[in-house]
Amino acid sequence: MAEYSAFSLLKNALNGHRDWKPAWRKPDPKPAYDVIIIGGGGHGLATAYYLAKEHGITNVAVLEKGWLGSGNIGRNTTIVRSNYLLPESIRFYEFSMKLWENLSHELNYNVMFSQRGILNLAHSPAQADDYIRRGNAMRLGGGDAEWLTPEQIARTAPGVDISGSARFPVVGGLLQPRAGTARHDAVAWGYARGADRRGVDIIENCEVTGFLREGDTISGVQTTRGEIRAAKVAVAVAGSTGRVMKLAGIDKLPIESHVLQAFVSESLKPFVDGVVTFGAGHLYMSQSDKGGLVFGGDIDGYNSYAQRGNLPVVEEVMSEMVAMFPALARVRLLRSWGGVMDMSMDGSPIITTGPLPGMYLNCGWCYGGFKATPASGFSFAWTIARDEPHAINAPYTLDRFHRGILIDEKGQGATPRLH
Amino acid sequence: MRIPCPYCGPRDVGEFTYQGDATVTRPDPASTDQDGWNRYVYDRANPAGKHSEVWQHSGGCRAHLIVERDTLTHAVGAVRYARGSATKAAARPAAKAAAKKTSPRKPATRAKAGK
Repeated sequence: MAEYSAFSLLKNALNGHRDWKPAWRKPDPKPAYDVIIIGGGGHGLATAYYLAKEHGITNVAVLEKGWLGSGNIGRNTTIVRSNYLLPESIRFYEFSMKLWENLSHELNYNVMFSQRGILNLAHSPAQADDYIRRGNAMRLGGGDAEWLTPEQIARTAPGVDISGSARFPVVGGLLQPRAGTARHDAVAWGYARGADRRGVDIIENCEVTGFLREGDTISGVQTTRGEIRAAKVAVAVAGSTGRVMKLAGIDKLPIESHVLQAFVSESLKPFVDGVVTFGAGHLYMSQSDKGGLVFGGDIDGYNSYAQRGNLPVVEEVMSEMVAMFPALARVRLLRSWGGVMDMSMDGSPIITTGPLPGMYLNCGWCYGGFKATPASGFSFAWTIARDEPHAINAPYTLDRFHRGILIDEKGQGATPRLH
Repeated sequence: MRIPCPYCGPRDVGEFTYQGDATVTRPDPASTDQDGWNRYVYDRANPAGKHSEVWQHSGGCRAHLIVERDTLTHAVGAVRYARGSATKAAARPAAKAAAKKTSPRKPATRAKAGK
C-alpha cells in the first residue's frame, strides 16, 4: 500500500483518481488470533494500531458490528482538548494531546488536527475563580492555559456577546491555545489503515453474540461470522458496553448509557476561529472547514440506546448558542443526530484488565471519548500486551468505585446524567 | 417523548426530571454491609430495552413516578406513582374534586392517551 504524499495526490489528480487503492483489506475472520478487540471505533482501532506498533502483536482482529467508524467516532463534535483539573486527568489528556500533535505524521494520514484553541467563557466571578484554578492546574501539569479578559475575547471571537446587558455577562474566559479540532472520520480511517498495514484484520459486519469460555477464562467470542478464539479479548464498545458485557455474564457496571445530540448548521463564511464554550449553560461550538457550525450541549439526561434525542435539549442548545452569539439567531440548522454515551459514575473512564480472566475493558468515556482516542488506544494496548496498566491509565480501574477512589472532575457524585 | 402523568395527563418530557433506575433498592439505613451500599450507589443494570425508572413531574404536580420505558425506542409504557400508598391518598381527593366539578381534566382517560 502506497504512502500518501503530495506527489501521489498530484499523480492521482492527473489521471482522474482512478488508481487509489482501498485503505484497508476486508479479510474473512481466521479461527483464532492472539488478541480480539470488540469494537471498530476510534478506541478499538487505535488499540489495534498501538498493539501492532508498540508491542509487535499483529495477530489481532478488530470486530465491528456495523461498518468501520459508524458509532461515536463519526458522531462527535471533533473537539480535542486537555483542559482538566485533576492530576490523573491532566496526565492522561496531556499524553493524548502530545500524540495528537504528531498523529498525521505518525499515521501518514491527514487527520486535519487544527490547534485553533478552546475558549471557555466564564459568566460570574465565582466561575472565573474556578476556571483560573483549573488553568493553573493545567499549567502545573505541563499543559497550556491563558486567562482572557472580555476585551481580549472580543478580539479572539468577535461574535461573542460581551456586553454588560447580556443575560449572562461574560467576565472572562479560559483559553487553551493547543486545543482544537480534528477530522473525526479521518482518525478512524487513519488508525484502521495503520493497523491493517501492520497485519491486523479489521472485520466489519461481524457482531459478537456471545463469549467462549474455558472454565472461568474467556477464550474467544461467538459472532455472526462464526466462532473466533483468542487468548485475550478486549472490549471497547462505548455506549454498547452494557449490552456486550451482559453476554459475558457481567450484569451490572458503574455505567449508564445516555444519548447525546450534536448539530451542524448551514455553511457560513468564517465566523469563529476556535472552539468556544458557554459557561452559563452547556454548549460547545466550532466551525468546520466546510463552514458549518458544529455544536452540542448536554446529554438528554435519561438512559437511552436510541441514537436519537428529544426536542427540549435541542431548544436549550439553540437558545444558549443565540445567547452567546446573537448574530447566529437566523442561521438555519442543517443536521442533528444522536450518539450513545457510556456515562460512568464519576465521569472518568475505565481502562483495565478484567473483569474476567482473559478479558480487558475500555469504557466509561462519557461524552469525552474522541479527544482521548490516541491515549486510550496507547494505554489499552499496553494493558493488553503486558497485563498491567500504563502509568497514565493506572488510576482508571473498575474497582475504584467500590474502593472509594473516584476521579470526579465535576464533583457531581454518582449521578451519570450530570457528568 | 411524552410521559402520561397519572395526575396531570400526558406532558412533554421537558416538564419532568429524571432520577434514574427504579430497580435499585436502598439498603436498610442501619446496614453496615459496605458491598451492599456500593452496589446501591454505583452498579447499574443499564438494560437495552425495557427500563423501569423514576421521574419527577417537577414542572407539574411534582409527583414522583415510576415509568416503564424502552431505552431502544423511547416508547413510554405504564406510569404509576412511586409511593403507592402515600400517593393513592393524595390522588383520591383531587380525582374526586375533579369529578364533582365535571372538569375537563380526567386524569384516567388522559393517561391512556399518552404515547
